[in-house]
Order: sequence, then C-alpha cells, then structure tokens
Amino acid sequence: MNLDRTSATRRLVLKGAGSVALIGAGVYLGFETGFGILPALAAANGKYPEEAFKQKSDADAIKALYGKTAEASDKVKLDAPEIAENGAVVPIAVATTLPDVTSISFFVSENPNALAASYVIPAGTVPAIANRLKMAKTCNVIAIVESSGKLFSATKEVKVTVGGCGG
Amino acid sequence: MFRTILCPAFAALAAAALACVAASAIAASDKADPKTNAGINPVADATAFRKFFTDKFPKVKLEEFVNGPYSMDEDLHKQWEEKEQFAPYEFALETGKDMFSTPFRNGKTYADCFPNGGIGIRQNYPYFDEKEGKVVTLELALNRCREANGEAPYSYVKDEMASLTAYMAFTSRSKPMDIRIPNDPRALEAYENGKRYFYTRRGQLNFSCATCHVQSPGEHIRAEILAPALGILNAMPIYRSEWSGMGTTSRRFITCNSQTRAVPLEPQSDEYRDVEYFLSYVANGLPISGPGARP
Amino acid sequence: MRATATGDTTEVQALIQHPMDTGLVKDAQGQIIPAHFIQQLTFEHNGKTVFLANWGTAVSKDPYVKFSFKGANKGDDLRISWVDNKGATDNTTAKIQ
Repeated sequence: MNLDRTSATRRLVLKGAGSVALIGAGVYLGFETGFGILPALAAANGKYPEEAFKQKSDADAIKALYGKTAEASDKVKLDAPEIAENGAVVPIAVATTLPDVTSISFFVSENPNALAASYVIPAGTVPAIANRLKMAKTCNVIAIVESSGKLFSATKEVKVTVGGCGG
Repeated sequence: MFRTILCPAFAALAAAALACVAASAIAASDKADPKTNAGINPVADATAFRKFFTDKFPKVKLEEFVNGPYSMDEDLHKQWEEKEQFAPYEFALETGKDMFSTPFRNGKTYADCFPNGGIGIRQNYPYFDEKEGKVVTLELALNRCREANGEAPYSYVKDEMASLTAYMAFTSRSKPMDIRIPNDPRALEAYENGKRYFYTRRGQLNFSCATCHVQSPGEHIRAEILAPALGILNAMPIYRSEWSGMGTTSRRFITCNSQTRAVPLEPQSDEYRDVEYFLSYVANGLPISGPGARP
Repeated sequence: MRATATGDTTEVQALIQHPMDTGLVKDAQGQIIPAHFIQQLTFEHNGKTVFLANWGTAVSKDPYVKFSFKGANKGDDLRISWVDNKGATDNTTAKIQ
C-alpha cells in the first residue's frame, strides 16, 4: 500500500463550482498533431464530438466519431478488472505500441450511450491513458486506438454487480 | 488454572445469546465477573484474535489486514491500488486540513484541545477517560472540543466529521494502533462490553459483527467481499464507492446495524464507543492506514 | 493535479472535484438531477496542447485521468483548463516536479 506522500508534490484541485467565462459548446481548439492540422473528423480535432456521445451503440458511436471501423489488435493493451468493485468507478487503462497514435477512445457497450471518453493525442504525448468510468452493467469495454489513420481495438468483458449509474 | 472455551449466556442480555464463534477465535473469559473483572484478559484476547486471522489467511501479511476486503481478493486489490494513485478521499483530506487549522470564533483551534496539537495522535483513540469513567472516541473528542469553544457540534455521520477525522488519521498514517486499557475495573468492563457487543447476535438477520467479520472474511455477502475484523477500523474514515462519499466510524456502525436489519443506535452511544474500543485494542500494532477507500 | 518529470517524460495525474451527474438519477424528492459534467479538459505546455479529453457522463464522479508526454522539464508550467456542459469554465496551472 502506498503510504508515501511526498510533500514536494503539489496537489492541485479544480473545483466544480464557479464559472470564470462562458465558452460555447462548439469551441475549436486548433493545434499541431504532427500531421499538420487534421481535417474536421470529430475524433482528432479539438471539437467536442457531441453527436458521437449521443449514439447508443458502440458501432454507431465509433462511426460518428471516426467514420471507419476498427480491427482487433493485440498491440492495444486494455487493462480493466474482472469484476468491478463498483460500477460507478471502474479504473480502465489502455496502452499501445502502435505508431503515430492520434486518438484513443473508450466505449462501454451496454451504457445508455456507449461512448464514454475520447482523447486526442498530439505528437509527443505517450499513447497510454488511465481513467475511471461508470458502467451500468456487465458488458464489454472497448478501447479504440487511431494509429496512422487506421483504427485498432481491444475488448474486455467487465462484470458489474452494482450498477454505476446511481442504481 | 484450566482455561476452557465456553459460550456463556449473560443473564443481563436476555434477548440475545452470544454467538459461539470458532473456538480459536478468542480466549473467552470463562470467569468474567463484571463486579471483579476477574478473567477479563485483553492481552490474551488480542493475541488470540490476531492468531485466528493469521492462521486463517497465512498468505496475508499482518499489516495488510487493515486494507479490509482488498487484503482478501486480488482483483479488488488491483483496482484499489490504481485508485490509490490519486485516491477519492483526497478532497475530504484537503477540506479536513483546512478545517483543522481554521480557528473557532473565540480564536482557539482544534490543536488546543489535543495532545501534540492533534497531529499524529489518532492511533491513541479511543481511550478510557478515568475522570468520566467512559470510553472517549476521536469523533466524540472533536465535538467536545467544538462545544467547549462555543461551536455547534457536527453530525457524527456527515462530511464535516469525516473530513476532520480524515486529516487526523492521515497525520498518523503508518503509526501502529496503540490503545491503552488502564488498570481500572471500569475500563476493563468497557472493553468487555465492547467485546460482548461484537459477538452478540441481533436483528432480523440474527447476525453478530463476528458472523460476517470473523466467520466469513474474504467470502461474498451478496456482491460484496467481507473484510476481516482484524484492523477493520485502521482505515477509518473511508470513502466508499457505494456511498460516492466519505463515511465516519459512526456512520459505518449505524449502516452495518441497519444492513443486518438490527436497530441502529445513536452515534457515540455507549455500545458503539465500547465496541470501537474493543476493535481498536485487538488491532494494536497494526498500522493506521486512514483515510481509506472501500467498495 | 500531479505532474512529475522523469528523464524527458512527464507523467500527469489529475483528479478534479466535479459531480459528473448523468441526468439519469433522481434525488430524494423524485426529481431528476440534471446532467452536469465536464465536457472538455485541456492540458497545455508552453502554449501547446499536450492532451485533450472529451468526456461524456460515463466518466466517474470526481474524474481522474493519467497520461504522459515528452519535452517538458522540471519547473515548467502545465496549464489545465476545462469546460462543462453548462458552459462553466475553470483553469489552473501547476509546476512540473
């Protein structure tokens, strides 16, 4: 158990209350990705992929986000528990050795909306992410990695006994 | 003297019969006499309590029992490790630190109420107050500090108390639990009272605390894995995924009672104080790990 | 947030206090608690975006994310900003340790 808390590490917390300035939902953040500015495919630019988050199935969400389909690859390492301690907070991580990764996304197949999170990976950022997701029930977690413009996936079934959506 | 393991029925508790726990679980005081305390032997109890768990779980290191269900299941342990990298109780801890250092309206602070300014002392709670003749827990001491300084007490089951105790526990992290039972018949009686509460069946499900936490640690109760009783309070207060929030020791005792369909007591009632005393004492030597996270 | 540099790689962990309400849960009175969640989280170093998170309601309450990137040094600033579905924004800056 990690009991070490180096006091040198600054702990910063962003609190949820209070707004500083109002920014509309469609804000575009342009940035370099190593391929120059990428075209306006929802996944790899700075725009919030609203449509993709609205889709129900993972297939529809992947289509809305990337416009293509993925092939399974053992170069995508998906780390998720066998049985989630609690469906509200399931630690899920992905790492890959695939080259030129521009985007990584997580889908929970039986959630009301399958897309949980989608990350943009600029050049210089390591294609490995850990996050904590809600799972409504036992189902597949799918990680998609966009590498050199192609999609690769890894899937793992996670058992959930206590649903993560407040039930 | 020949020591036998008995399951004595206490006449005073007419409605409840003591759970006959596995013989090696504890060296029962076969001659426990409330008037003279003869036969109450906390030292022997603690040794037997520890031995029961280390025998039952030879692969678990002694100090790991404080991790509750995580010491019982590898898949759970892994999820817990990942979450501990940046634990869900961090916010309560920050809040607790702020609260602790904020003076009361009269200018005094919590530090003025506690030995060593309240830092690194959590492992000494609960203690037996010889003036009062009762067990004093950390939560109780904090509220008494507030009231002594003209502030309203906090609810024992809500976030403020959880944040304060989270901070105090944190300042004692990795220190061994160090509960004293003075050579005072009232202290021994309080300890024995707590032990009795722990082993008494109650409620519609007729469970005692021991039914789950001594007889079935590591096993499932519905979808949860049960924590071992050894060191079960060392991680308090805890952030529970199930609550999406923090819980104090008081909160946990109350919810355990209601979950077993027993009537919960008021926070800091005598039985709760005494059972906290008993459970903390038999965990002496095991490290404080609070604040903790649990499923 | 914690940002620690080892060699030329900086590991960043962020834990943000936010309810991440899904809009699917009712309160004690039976009223739906409206959706309230962080939609975009941006990390910048030297004015360049090094990580962008697009989140939906399935990200856990008090969301956490960990990632690593190259090219930063101890003492550099890392800026994190976010915007939620109500249009509220916030930002903070941390030094890389």
